[in-house]
Amino acid sequence: MGGMGSVYRARDLHFPNVTKLVAVKEMINMAPDPLVRRTIIQNFEREANLLATLNHPAIPRIYDYFSEEERSYLVLEFVHGKDLEAIINDTNGFLAEEQVLGWAIQLCDVLSFLHNHKPDPIIFRDMKPSNVMVNSNGDIILIDFGIAKTFQVGQKGTMIGTEGYSPPEQYRGEATPLADIYALGATLHHALTRRDPRLEPPFSFAERPLRRINSRVSPELETVINTALAYNPSERFPAAADMKEALLSAARKTGALSKIATTSITPAGGIKPVWSFKCEDEIRGTPLAHQGSIYIGCYDNNLYALNAADGKFQWKYAADGGIVSRPAVYEGNLYFGSEDRRLHVISTRTGKVVWTYYTEGPIRSSPRIAEGHIFIGSDDHHLHAVNLNTGRSVWTFESSEEIRSTPFVANELVYFGNEAGDFYAVDFRGGMKWRFQAKRAVTSSPILAGQSVFFTSVDSTLYCLDARNGWAIWRYRLGKGSVSSPAVADDLVFAGAADGFIYCVEARTGKEVWRFRTEHQVSSSPALYKDSVYCASVDGNLYCLEYRTGRQRWKFGTKAAITGSPIVFDDIVYIGSTDHQIYALLA
Amino acid sequence: MFDFFRKLFGGVPATSSAESVTTAPLSDQQIESIVRSQSPQYEMQQLVAASGQSVGKQREHNEDSLVAITATLAGKTANVPFGLYIVADGMGGHQFGEIASNAAIRVIAGQIMRKFHSYLFTLPTQQPEESLQEIMENAVKEAHRVIQKDAPGSGTTVTAALIVGQQVTIGHVGDSRAYCIYPAGRIEQITRDHSLVKRLEELGHLNKEEAANFPHRNVLIRALGQGDTLEVDIFTIPFPQNGMLLLCSDGLWGVVADHDLVRIVNDAPNAQRACQNLVNAANTAGGPDNISVILVQMVG
Repeated sequence: MGGMGSVYRARDLHFPNVTKLVAVKEMINMAPDPLVRRTIIQNFEREANLLATLNHPAIPRIYDYFSEEERSYLVLEFVHGKDLEAIINDTNGFLAEEQVLGWAIQLCDVLSFLHNHKPDPIIFRDMKPSNVMVNSNGDIILIDFGIAKTFQVGQKGTMIGTEGYSPPEQYRGEATPLADIYALGATLHHALTRRDPRLEPPFSFAERPLRRINSRVSPELETVINTALAYNPSERFPAAADMKEALLSAARKTGALSKIATTSITPAGGIKPVWSFKCEDEIRGTPLAHQGSIYIGCYDNNLYALNAADGKFQWKYAADGGIVSRPAVYEGNLYFGSEDRRLHVISTRTGKVVWTYYTEGPIRSSPRIAEGHIFIGSDDHHLHAVNLNTGRSVWTFESSEEIRSTPFVANELVYFGNEAGDFYAVDFRGGMKWRFQAKRAVTSSPILAGQSVFFTSVDSTLYCLDARNGWAIWRYRLGKGSVSSPAVADDLVFAGAADGFIYCVEARTGKEVWRFRTEHQVSSSPALYKDSVYCASVDGNLYCLEYRTGRQRWKFGTKAAITGSPIVFDDIVYIGSTDHQIYALLA
Repeated sequence: MFDFFRKLFGGVPATSSAESVTTAPLSDQQIESIVRSQSPQYEMQQLVAASGQSVGKQREHNEDSLVAITATLAGKTANVPFGLYIVADGMGGHQFGEIASNAAIRVIAGQIMRKFHSYLFTLPTQQPEESLQEIMENAVKEAHRVIQKDAPGSGTTVTAALIVGQQVTIGHVGDSRAYCIYPAGRIEQITRDHSLVKRLEELGHLNKEEAANFPHRNVLIRALGQGDTLEVDIFTIPFPQNGMLLLCSDGLWGVVADHDLVRIVNDAPNAQRACQNLVNAANTAGGPDNISVILVQMVG
């Protein structure tokens, strides 16, 4: 119950030979004024007496009540089951419409019973998921009647709570059957959308249309719930019985009541690639588009140059190791690292080598070109700053572990992470400006927006740091670790994680905006183009999502896992897959 | 005769000069360099803060509380400006309002300072484990628990600004406000009032005029100490460049219009005088409620 006491599971000793479980609810009278305390106890006893007379399968039986000093106790039927809030939280994805519909009809029944009580109607006043138990038969039981409310002292005129489920008129002190109908609508909205109204602005259901959050809800059911949630009481169902009728007719139209199995709607996905090109081994790298060509590295040790328009082979260049990174381009030359420990520089025109630069370990980081230098990390633990013209090392910065993160350059600082979980900001002379410690590897590549730097870590966190001094501004918990590099647009940050979700988080607050579930881990980094976010998953699909809502626009299945990241250029998305192919798709 | 006048006025009267000179507006860069040459330069970057408070003209009790902590540590190691500023406006009748607002500022400031102690005052300095937003959120939630325990039934607004370096992390519940004031005379409210009137206005049920005359203007939909679940608005913004941060209770913003706030702040020679003048302005306008104000400036 509401913060004022506890519920105990007790054994009734009047029945020594059977285990009869009862619930004992304890309420603590905290009012300092003795007169107020007495009034509270009187109210409690009056309501307990009233409840004891009610006989309905969805209302727990009251066996006894008593008060002792500042504590009052209610002994009532013990309900085996789970409350609806726990069910919502423990369910992966959305609850099935049929299930929620069944509960909704039962809730209308019990509300109708209460509202038609003689001589006075009983208003439940506190309809919300945590007050609805679902017992072992799958039937609902209402718990925690308004009785607890009498114990909340000092609701002064200038103060009101933050219910979330209560209708606007309840804030003016009106409690009518129509208030219970609104709260039932709010409860169903929460159950179907997983959006807790206590965490949203009051009366904002209209801003969160049911079917935009959960497209599997039928329009018929949405209409019923919207009617219950009407801002104006006179526009709601006049009685719970009418709402039940509307639910039943919605169920008949959709056939929901006869359906048991959960429906799964997956569009056939008739997406055809513009072209595809097959390499000799897995592609784990990310492509680069430049002047009509696509450049991509492959596990077959080759860097391929393809015509961006039709995917026609132009040339390939063989390194001595796999290429898992993304190439960079500068003035007619292509720069990329390979597991053969070298940074290769080749001509975009001919595919012939210009120069190479050796490090002491395989290179999995992608190069960043800025201020006449190439910055690149290596498994030799060093960040290398290489002169663009001479190909000579200008300085190296030693870190404690392998650097696979791609450096980001801004504010005259180079930002990157390493496999020990250190995150560094290094100045252009190779001096450390600041360092931040994550708990596990930072393999992802940072991105800067405003004065903040964003990156993910294998420690299951998306970090936002102050780019000037490395202070953590916020941390967002991901379900599992991540190597996916964040993308930023319009105050939103996007990243994938190994729990299979693609997340969208607000840049200013670190609060989740939406998350989208794929069927396997997401190592790929999201790419943004117009109002879509493109991201691939190890489930083999490339997803195109509406970037403000996370709604799926389309997905494209390849024949094997995708660990690389898409790029979008001139309305075409390019993605490499471990099925050895690179695909070009219409964005 | 003509010669005499010529002698008298010293040369040819320059009648045409006004037309031959062309004028052009100064470029933004020129203006900026003039402004810079006129405002004093500080070598060391630091926060400067001032505050003001008054019970007002119509209340007997002061139920507002405020705290302003500015720490400047300078030396060979990098100096990061640090400041913590909180305004809380308590309510709930009896003496409970002041208990709630007092608990809010002390608990929040205590929690936050404890987490920064090892960064500010021990060697080697250590950054807190939690992020700035987590530190703020946990402190506000702790204050919520303490108020529920010590002053049940009462409540308070709270608007807290934690400044570390260039970042301002705001924790906010209720209808006290934080504003950014920019040198050009622009003012921007950066917090959102958690009041019924604001909510109804956002929903389109009240227009601006109706909202101004709404009878329940003081009804809050969120307050510290109220409700089972408390949602705190937490966000981080950069400190306004060459500007100021203003925190205040509704005793100020309820009676002094935004444009007057800017004018008073920009007309004052320094932050202390600005705060005093703001309090005076609210009292001149009737002083219907307790008034609290904090003004923070980043110099250098």
